[in-house]
Amino acid sequence: MKAKIIITPKKAVLDPQGKTVQSALEHMGYTGVTGVHIGKYIEIDLAPGTDKAAAQKALNDAAHKLLSNPVIEDYKLEIE
Amino acid sequence: MNFSVLQFPASNCDQDAVHAIRLLGHSAQLVWHKDASLGDTDAVIVPGGFSYGDYLRCGAIARFSPVMQAVKQFADNGGLVLGICNGFQVLTEAGLLPGALIRNRDLQFHCENIFLKTATSDSPFTSKIPVGKILRVPIAHGEGCYFADEETLAKLKANNQILWQYCDASGNLTDTANPNGALQNIAGICNEKRNVAGLMPHPERACEPLLGSDDGKWIFESIFAALKNKTVAAAA
Repeated sequence: MKAKIIITPKKAVLDPQGKTVQSALEHMGYTGVTGVHIGKYIEIDLAPGTDKAAAQKALNDAAHKLLSNPVIEDYKLEIE
Repeated sequence: MNFSVLQFPASNCDQDAVHAIRLLGHSAQLVWHKDASLGDTDAVIVPGGFSYGDYLRCGAIARFSPVMQAVKQFADNGGLVLGICNGFQVLTEAGLLPGALIRNRDLQFHCENIFLKTATSDSPFTSKIPVGKILRVPIAHGEGCYFADEETLAKLKANNQILWQYCDASGNLTDTANPNGALQNIAGICNEKRNVAGLMPHPERACEPLLGSDDGKWIFESIFAALKNKTVAAAA
């Protein structure tokens, strides 16, 4: 079992990396790019047979406390 | 007065802080991140560096170290805590200070002298800074852009929690004087109770003329004075 967590900067937070990559893409001729947001991807391996609901609850807690900073970041959690 | 200076793996301004405090006539001890107690201490410095390699986010791992639980308790009991650079990041991650420090707006690491305006003398960290004095102190960071949501920012302003702002040599809060894109040129803040403060610049690296500036000493002198008042009050 695997948990996948995608962390992105909140809309109101300055994202200079995203802005720089966006302007690089425009410079290279890729048109129609209206925004680039750079975040993090975390993959967590879970022991086989882990209870999905319990893992969801625990990982939400971990994502809130450690994996993301709710002041500046949002996250999405998926378990498969 | 006796200061505890925390030491995390990859702290690198811990010795500078100890040196500055001793130079200014007080005592300081290093406290290892695995220690669950601060020992006998009057104030705590969370120093600069790259605690735990800045993995995940600056300060994110350090905040869970045993010593930080002791710092939290010390702060809850009204003890004075100052976070410098990475120490500021650790204190925001720990929730002891509001907001967060994000990547500098130009993506560059800035290592230079800047000018600081003290926004209020009403704190244990600023009371002795001569009124109107512009402090010249160094910065050295890649993630020093202060961010807080509008509500938090309004609260900081309403409660006079903004302690220092980046300015030019004449004290003007201009955008060019802002090295990292921090909101409102914020370089340092304190909590609502005014006993915990953090700033990105390094006052401990500017406490003797040999290093180019001794302006940083005013921040430490403010802390010494606050601790002295506290001792006098406790004895009375």
